[in-house]
Amino acid sequence: MSKASGRTFFLRPQDIIGIVVLAFILVVVLPLTLDNFRLQFVGKYLTYAFVALGLVLCWGYAGILSLGQGVFFGLGGYCMAMFLKLEASSPANTKIQTTPGIPDFMDWNQITELPWFWEPFKSFGFTTVAVVLVPAFFALVLGYAMFKRRVGGVYFAIITQALAAIMTILIIGQQGYTGGINGITDLRTLHGWDIRTDSAKTILYFVCVALLIACILLAFYVKSSKLGRILVAMRDKEDRVRFSGYDVSSFKIFVFCLAASLSAIGGAMFTLQVGFMSPSFVGIVPSIEMVIYTAVGGRLSILGAIYGTLVVNWAKTSFSESFPELWLFGLGGLFIAVVLIFPNGIAGLWQTYIAPHLGPLFGGVAKRKATPPAPPSPGTAPAAAE
Amino acid sequence: MSSNNDNSSKFSSTRRKLLMGMAALPAAPLLANTGLFSTPAFAQAPATSAVNTTGLAVTDTEVTVGILHSVTGTMAISETGSVQAEKLAIEQINAMGGVLGRKIKFIQEDGASDWPTFAEKAKKLLVNDKVAAIMGCWTSASRKAVLPVVEQYNGMLYYPTFYEGLEQSKNVIYTGQEATQQILAGLDWVNKTKGAKSFYLIGSDYIWPRTSMKIARKHIENKLSGKVVGEDYFPLGHTQFNSVINKFKLTKPDVIYAAVVGGSNVAFYKQLKAAGIDLSKQTLLTISVTEDEIDGIGGENFVNAYSCMKYFQSLDNPNNKDFVAAFKKMWGEKTVIGDVTQAAYLGPWLWKMTVEKAGSFDVDKIAEASPGIEFTKAPEGYVKIHPNHHLWSKTRVGQAQADGQFKVVFETPELIEPDPFPKGYQ
Repeated sequence: MSKASGRTFFLRPQDIIGIVVLAFILVVVLPLTLDNFRLQFVGKYLTYAFVALGLVLCWGYAGILSLGQGVFFGLGGYCMAMFLKLEASSPANTKIQTTPGIPDFMDWNQITELPWFWEPFKSFGFTTVAVVLVPAFFALVLGYAMFKRRVGGVYFAIITQALAAIMTILIIGQQGYTGGINGITDLRTLHGWDIRTDSAKTILYFVCVALLIACILLAFYVKSSKLGRILVAMRDKEDRVRFSGYDVSSFKIFVFCLAASLSAIGGAMFTLQVGFMSPSFVGIVPSIEMVIYTAVGGRLSILGAIYGTLVVNWAKTSFSESFPELWLFGLGGLFIAVVLIFPNGIAGLWQTYIAPHLGPLFGGVAKRKATPPAPPSPGTAPAAAE
Repeated sequence: MSSNNDNSSKFSSTRRKLLMGMAALPAAPLLANTGLFSTPAFAQAPATSAVNTTGLAVTDTEVTVGILHSVTGTMAISETGSVQAEKLAIEQINAMGGVLGRKIKFIQEDGASDWPTFAEKAKKLLVNDKVAAIMGCWTSASRKAVLPVVEQYNGMLYYPTFYEGLEQSKNVIYTGQEATQQILAGLDWVNKTKGAKSFYLIGSDYIWPRTSMKIARKHIENKLSGKVVGEDYFPLGHTQFNSVINKFKLTKPDVIYAAVVGGSNVAFYKQLKAAGIDLSKQTLLTISVTEDEIDGIGGENFVNAYSCMKYFQSLDNPNNKDFVAAFKKMWGEKTVIGDVTQAAYLGPWLWKMTVEKAGSFDVDKIAEASPGIEFTKAPEGYVKIHPNHHLWSKTRVGQAQADGQFKVVFETPELIEPDPFPKGYQ
């Protein structure tokens, strides 16, 4: 990707159009066409889109396949849930407990005082920082241990998967401190503002959209910067980048941490909108599902990943509502179709079949994009989205 | 999928129908108030406007309820029985003319063994489909996820599983036993008939076994002057029980008291047998194995163990004979019926009787009318709803037979009062 002439700051014209269209859909079209109840679902799906966004950077651009993004989603979600749970566990709300003033599940597990690591989560400021930094720190430690030793590819994917398993076992096993398999439930207010009402959910939806757009801009910024180009170079020929004098592992650690923080923001928004957090988001299956969202959307396309997340989750919800006993097969079929028929996901389909035929608004852009070095064709993944 | 109902059309069309139904609602009270149309369309059925003031999915001929269980994922094997029982009850009620002259229509949703999905689907049933009641949930985790939803949108949940207690909600009727109902009488029995003094407690590691064991330990130590010689928990799905079996051999407890759930059961009992622990000599009392689980464990691996439940398929009473026959007719000769399946069967019936007592489908009125509802045709004999929304019920101990059925060896003479927040056991 050379410096295109029509670029504003770090965005190409088609990126700007893409972001505006997405924002228009999320801010205007969906709220006007969906009832409140369906809109809240979209809000929930969008929280997974943060994870998919992180995966585009981490997996699509830098080539680091992480099968443990659920861990970071969960960490972000748990940080937020701990804050909300403490607010919901005021002594007045919990007076039937043996020890009033601590979360109910601690009381059920014979814990009589708040554990030390819960204390700081009484502060909202600390919680907000923790949502972003705790997962990033976690990713830093893991990334440092792995990438400095040049562990990569499949081995890294396996380790992240093991991490997801360990984390689930840890959370379930320490139920006195984490709520165990039930998770942290019955969250009520944020600074006295009842997050369970429909109006609150609508507001949270728009907050979620705003954060997502901000994160998308950040992702575009990273992608277009020199850093982004090094990431791509690293993915395609790691040794050459290393021999050119770059410290490959630091770049990898950075992008892994960034993806972790993005996932965590999604997790925190999830907790706020859905009203609870449970270990079922931390495990191996949800982590792989999140990779599938990215794959369906197109792992090289920032916006594609968002659409992919929405499409897969919408399909999941509507299949399962219509065919409660057969829906998993339909969903499985969809994934097989993605892998076999359109390996570059929705974004690949768009760029191969639709964009070239669009009118003047997209046409110039699309043609310019279609002609450079390698024409996109299914199977040559890296070239497709560039 | 055999008896999948109207909901197999796309959700949008269901919603459209509901919207049409709801659009018709506001007009109804106007007509009734003018006095011009004093004769309702259905002679025996009260006017929809009178029995449904909160916009539930009730028409002149139909009322919609939701069924929300896992039919996919790890819990499907346990929850399928509940779905079957609820469908049977609904069919029987419809055959008798329905509820307040309205046939019950059900919308089934899949919780997919995933707690957030349960919450999502519960919300869909209440907000989108406006169901009058939900029969559903199985694990405590799924109930905990659904509870805030039914409370927020003022739904009515009939929850079938025996559970840990410590909960009571206007919006839930607990048709299974809470922990003290299930545990205390069984411990008293084993103490009296087997002279048991030392107990080894073992369970899966989550809230229900832990709370149950807490109650069991207090009862053993304080009321039975017995001794707990060991207490161990294993993660869900754990399959290596050799270390704890060695501890059994070392500590030689009078009773192994077990609350191991799900797939772990299979490994646990097979390994017990392989380790040479003969359950006809070593007393084992469990609160987590019903006929459904024995299907997986294998009758020969579980023979002579004792299980403490409120219902066994082999119960000898006319209600149960009819129930078992009807269940097998609908779902096949080979199906077995466990405690929870029977409790799930109670849900639609209790709801029907409450609606008829209240003369209304309104959730507030049902919540208020629930205490005191008696079901004399219950397969377990007779149940009654307590003001705390749990059921009065008997506790029974069954001895496992090689064919996978239980022989009832003990039952409490009286119904036991539900006590979800037991004093002295917390």
